[in-house]
Amino acid sequence: MTETLAETTPHSDEPIPAYPMPRASGCPFDPPPAAQALHDELPVAKVRMWDGSTPWLVTRYGDGRALLADPRVSSQSTLPGFPHPNAGFRENAERRRSFIAMDDPEHARIRRMVTAPFAIKRVEALRPSIQKITDELIDGMLAGPNSADLVSALALPLPSLVICTLLGVPYEDHEFFQEKSSLMINRYSSAEDMIGASDALTDYLDELIGVKLAEPADDMLSELATRVGSGELTRREAASMGVLLLIAGHETTANMIALGTVALLENPDQLAVLRETDDPKVVAKAVEELLRYLTIVHNGRGRVALEDIEVGDATIRAGDGIIIYTGTGNRDPELFPEPDRLDIGRDARRHMAFGFGVHQCLGQPLARVELQVVYGTLYRRIPTLRLATGAGQLPYKHDGLVYGVYELPVTWDA
Amino acid sequence: MRVEVDVPKCVASGQCVMIAPDVFDQRDEDGMVVLLDEKPGAELHDDVRESAMICPAAAIRVVEEA
Ligand code: HEM
Ligand code: SF4
Repeated sequence: MTETLAETTPHSDEPIPAYPMPRASGCPFDPPPAAQALHDELPVAKVRMWDGSTPWLVTRYGDGRALLADPRVSSQSTLPGFPHPNAGFRENAERRRSFIAMDDPEHARIRRMVTAPFAIKRVEALRPSIQKITDELIDGMLAGPNSADLVSALALPLPSLVICTLLGVPYEDHEFFQEKSSLMINRYSSAEDMIGASDALTDYLDELIGVKLAEPADDMLSELATRVGSGELTRREAASMGVLLLIAGHETTANMIALGTVALLENPDQLAVLRETDDPKVVAKAVEELLRYLTIVHNGRGRVALEDIEVGDATIRAGDGIIIYTGTGNRDPELFPEPDRLDIGRDARRHMAFGFGVHQCLGQPLARVELQVVYGTLYRRIPTLRLATGAGQLPYKHDGLVYGVYELPVTWDA
Repeated sequence: MRVEVDVPKCVASGQCVMIAPDVFDQRDEDGMVVLLDEKPGAELHDDVRESAMICPAAAIRVVEEA
């Protein structure tokens, strides 16, 4: 039996599978079966992108972690061979560069300009205000009829309000920046829409930096404006950083709040643990497990090899594109026994949901506190919370670069 | 056990501070790692090893001593 299996392992003369792969219908939380099959049989495999290019897909935890930490592997999206998710990203790579698409030492120099506000102590100091915003949003839900769209009632406004305050972006502009952000992270956005949205957001942040140059406040954009004043950054570079922080700061956490709630409602025994605990350690563990289980940055991390690199049996050549596929890595049974089970009691801290290496998520301490507050509050305050439709009918973001749900109709006992 | 940190490598992920706050802290000005205790007591060894394993930037080195 094992021999027949070995013979059916994909060979180089077989057609290269198209990427990204679809998830199985009825399994909204599991990685696509085709990616799982590569993980099990051909962990470093060529895949075919929308533009015909054929980067390597690296599906195992250990290989992925090693490559993400390897200085021979570049994040520069302007290099030929970089696997872009769509034409808009490819065209935008030259127009708007931010440090997520740079290598050290340039990346480190710029990232360090914005690391201080995300230090653990600074973020912990925000916890009471994050708790207050969460409570107020839940008060708003409970004041209305006993049903709501959890995305617009809580999941999206909470991280948006928090990142607006940190950056110094007026929250009343949220419809504008949320709409432009969603165009920028949709796989099927036309190049025109994507670049239009990127330029509109960059112009918007550029203007705000102008305001902060004239009237500095106690926020991150004012700090960036100071660096523009001293010549450390151009105004466009500062605006570009603002765009990255604004998008990364609200879309990701919002999707974790909503999709995490779906996963918990579908696993009532796990939800019950959260509903009944007031131990912050239990909640913190649950956050790590949900990050692992859902891996919402679900199309992997794009990179380019700068030199030839041996990975297992494969040789990745200098110039080849690489996609480190964290979704299957986070389901590695050696690290996470019974990986397809959501188990909020396990130690999931070694997950790669925030990436690995020097680009590992800058905002992770903030995302963690936001998620700890929401998961630790929502189900306790609304213990009868449930889906208003079947989990199978929800509008999942299969087309998003960040996975989640577009809407989450929920109801509860009045 | 002796702990060493390579500050220039640190990317301020905060992971070590989360796992072993008695051993690691971060600088106010840029969130870079600060070593609080280079010879932590035995009860902290597991957390320190886990921090070194989880550090995304390989900035923490643990030297096991007899
Ligand atoms: C649960 C929520 C979040 C998830 C799952 C997430 C995930 C990720 C991942 C996978 C990366 C790695 C990118 C790469 O390797 O190329 C990343 C980077 C980044 N994230 Fe997050 N993120 C989240 C929340 C946030 C928040 C709240 C912020 C706040 C501003 C943020 C800001 C950033 C930035 C600036 C980078 C680029 C870091 C660099 O290139 O050095 N993220 N994030
Ligand atoms: S875990 Fe590593 S990168 Fe993160 S703060 Fe500690 S030393 Fe720095």
